[in-house]
Parts: sequence; C-alpha cells; structure tokens
Amino acid sequence: MLRADFDRNLKLLQDDLIELGNLVSQAITQAMDALKNRDLAASQRVVAEDDVIDQKRFELEDQCIDLIATQQPIAIDLRTLMAVLHISVELERVGDYAEGIAKVTLMMGDEPASKPLFDLPLLADKASDMLGRSLDALILRDAGAAEQVCEDDDQVDNLYKKVYRDLLTDMTRDPKSIRRATYLLWVAHDLERIADRATNIAERVIFLVTGKLPGVNES
Amino acid sequence: MVDGSAAVRAIDLSVYYGSNQVISGVNLDVARHKITAIIGPSGSGKSTLLRCFNRMNDLIPSFRMSGQVLFEGRDLYAPDVDPTEIRYQVGMVFQRPNPFPKSIFDNVAFGPRINGFHGDLEALVEQSLRRAALFDEVKDRLKSSALTLSGGQQQRLCIARALAVRPRVILMDEPCSSLDPMATLAIEELMRELSEDYSIVIVTHNMQQAARVSDFTAFLMGDERRVAELIEFDETRQIFTNPADERTEAYITGRFG
Repeated sequence: MLRADFDRNLKLLQDDLIELGNLVSQAITQAMDALKNRDLAASQRVVAEDDVIDQKRFELEDQCIDLIATQQPIAIDLRTLMAVLHISVELERVGDYAEGIAKVTLMMGDEPASKPLFDLPLLADKASDMLGRSLDALILRDAGAAEQVCEDDDQVDNLYKKVYRDLLTDMTRDPKSIRRATYLLWVAHDLERIADRATNIAERVIFLVTGKLPGVNES
Repeated sequence: MVDGSAAVRAIDLSVYYGSNQVISGVNLDVARHKITAIIGPSGSGKSTLLRCFNRMNDLIPSFRMSGQVLFEGRDLYAPDVDPTEIRYQVGMVFQRPNPFPKSIFDNVAFGPRINGFHGDLEALVEQSLRRAALFDEVKDRLKSSALTLSGGQQQRLCIARALAVRPRVILMDEPCSSLDPMATLAIEELMRELSEDYSIVIVTHNMQQAARVSDFTAFLMGDERRVAELIEFDETRQIFTNPADERTEAYITGRFG
C-alpha cells in the first residue's frame, strides 16, 4: 500500500482530534452539572482541566505542521490537515467557554441550588448536541449532516434570546436577583458561543468533503 | 476555449503504433503564454502526446493518428505543412540535455545558420543565451565546447538553441529529470519568465513541479488495455486542491502510481 505510513499518521491525527472533542464535551457536561449542583470542587477541576485541553490542541497543531512539512500533502490530504488544524482551534475555544461556565459557578459562591436555571440546561443540551454531531460528521465525512448542524444554529440563537429576555424580566421584577441573573447571562452567552463554534467545525467538515467553504462566494 | 486563443489544440486525438492503440480521444487546449503540465503514470502516453504537437512522431514508421492537431488554428498534419519548419516553431527540450558536440556559440547558431539567417548572428546568439538565463555564465567562453557545461547549463543551452529559431511553443519532456534540485528550480524560474512570450507544455512525473510551475494541468492515464485517455484537465490550482475525478486524486496524492 502506497503511503501507508502517511495514512496511518492521518488516522492517528484524527483520533487525537476526536479525543480532544471528547475532553471538551466532557468539560461542558461537568461545568453544567457543577452549576446545577453548586459543586465548587467540580468547577475547580474543570478550570484546571482546561490546561490539558490547551496542551492537546498545541500537540495537534504540531502534528499537522509536521505532516505538512514532510509529506507534501495536496488535494484531500491538504484539506484534511487544514480542517484538523482549524477544528482543533475551535475545540480549544469551546474548552475555554466550558471553563468560563465553571468560573461563573465559582463566582456565584455559596448561592443555594434551589434557584431556577431557566432554560440553561436545555441550551447546554442543544449546544453539546451540535458539537457532538459536527464531530460525527467529520468522522463519517458527511457534508449533509454538517449542513444540518449549521441550520440548527437558529434554534440555539432563538433559545438564547428567550433566556436573555427571561433573565432580564427576572432582574426587573426582583432587583435582588440582578447579580445572579447576570452570572447566568454569561453562562447563556458561553453556551450560545459553543453552538457557534460547532457550526464553524461543521463548515470545516463541508470544506474537507467538498473543497468549498460554505458561504464564501466563488468569483 | 475559443478557437484561436489556444496555441495548440488536440481534437479527438487518437494515436496508434501499427495496430496498437496507445492514446484515445484526447481533447486538449494548450493556452497561449501559459504553462500547461501533462502528468500521469509511467507509460501513460504523455511523451507520445507531446510529440504529436511538433510532428516528432512522424519519425516513427508505425505511427498513425486520427483526430486533429491544430497549431494556431491551422491543421498541423495538413499535406502542405513542412514538418521541419514546424519543429522550429514548436521547439522541444528533452529529458537528457543533448547539446551538439560543438562550441556553445555554434550550438545556438546552428539552427539560424541552416535557415539562412543573414542578420547579426552574434547578437542573436547573445539574445538567445540571455533569454535562457545562461549568457552571463558563458559569455567569456562562447567558443569552448558545450560538453564542458554542467547538466543544468547544458539544459539551458538546449533551451537557448530552441529559442534561437523563434518558436511560438516550447515543448519540454521531463526537462529537469536529470538535474539536481538547484538546477531544477533555475529551469522552473526560467520557464515562468519564458511563458510571458511563449506557450509552454511540460511533461513531468514530478507532482510538486507541476503544481509549482504550471497554470493548467492535464492528467493522462491508461485504461486496462493500456490505452491512455485524458482523465481530467483544469487549472492547476483546482487539480491540486480539489480534483473532480477520484482517479486524479488517487494519482496526485500518491495512493496509486
């Protein structure tokens, strides 16, 4: 088999990328659970784990540069390496948002768990789902599935706006809740950004498969 | 491409050696003042195709073709066409530099002399050597033997020799295969300069060279009967970032050779 070595390295690279995706998905789940349960220790772990995510992202970038320098990749191989490079950056940013959510929990301190989280858990589920599906689309090289992720971003945007309105209403009704509502606004914002990053990943998958970046006009 | 804007045009070109078909139905436009690369696996008919463009295949007794080759809109194989004259207008550079065992000067002057050139021969030789980016290196020893030059210099001398008879098209059959990397890059740089005034076709098995140097790339591949067909022809950028045919992609990414 020609280029068996290169193919093996490409496979390992993708495996590492998916592993980074898993770490990041876990970080989101753990950060949200910690928020729900007012678990300060768990939040601290998410914050600490972000260093691991950052480190993994740089290792991925290193591997990409290595393969570009030594294997003269073109066509599908080049697009694959560029996609992995871009997606690793997106995943690292998602990790940062998960860390942001954990930090909010820490800032809320010993606030009791009974107060409502509005639709934040639902927003988190949708954003996590989009992230998972964008990575599935990568594994399966499925441009159609990736397009679907992009289209679903509207749902998340609408839900974010609803959460925003609900939090504002809460603040107006009860000024004592302003501080808490503001923290939750930040969480909502982080979750909406996670969904955005998932669509960016999906766009890179479409580029990998079709050679065209969606939304870019061809002259 | 609109007729007349192509320097050379193959229309439904098929080539046979005796009863043996080697090329099938090639349609290809060589753009004016651009570099067109022909790539493909060994034995895929690239050189045979190239030689159709300056009637070099005429020298092979069993050669037969169907279809047409147009040179600047005129049928290259029309009965009233002089093949020797064609080989001045469509010059060729070969894989192994083949300078004549003569002086550097006489190598370049040979063609013009045969053609009865009556102008300033020294100026013509100098101009040709300059255009081939060789003059400065040899100006003090034009009378010394061409065989004392390095491989890269000899190849540039062959290019100067082709340029001296005022071609319109320059065909290059793996011109850098026997050269070291520095000499190769020098020839590639020269090709880019020359393409401003000449139309160039290069056959190469070096994928990176085709990607670096050409504007258009044609991918030729033989089928199971070893008959070559044109699989894909497009802008080089497109071929090397997102080829349309999976056979093209398999070849250029080295998954099959």
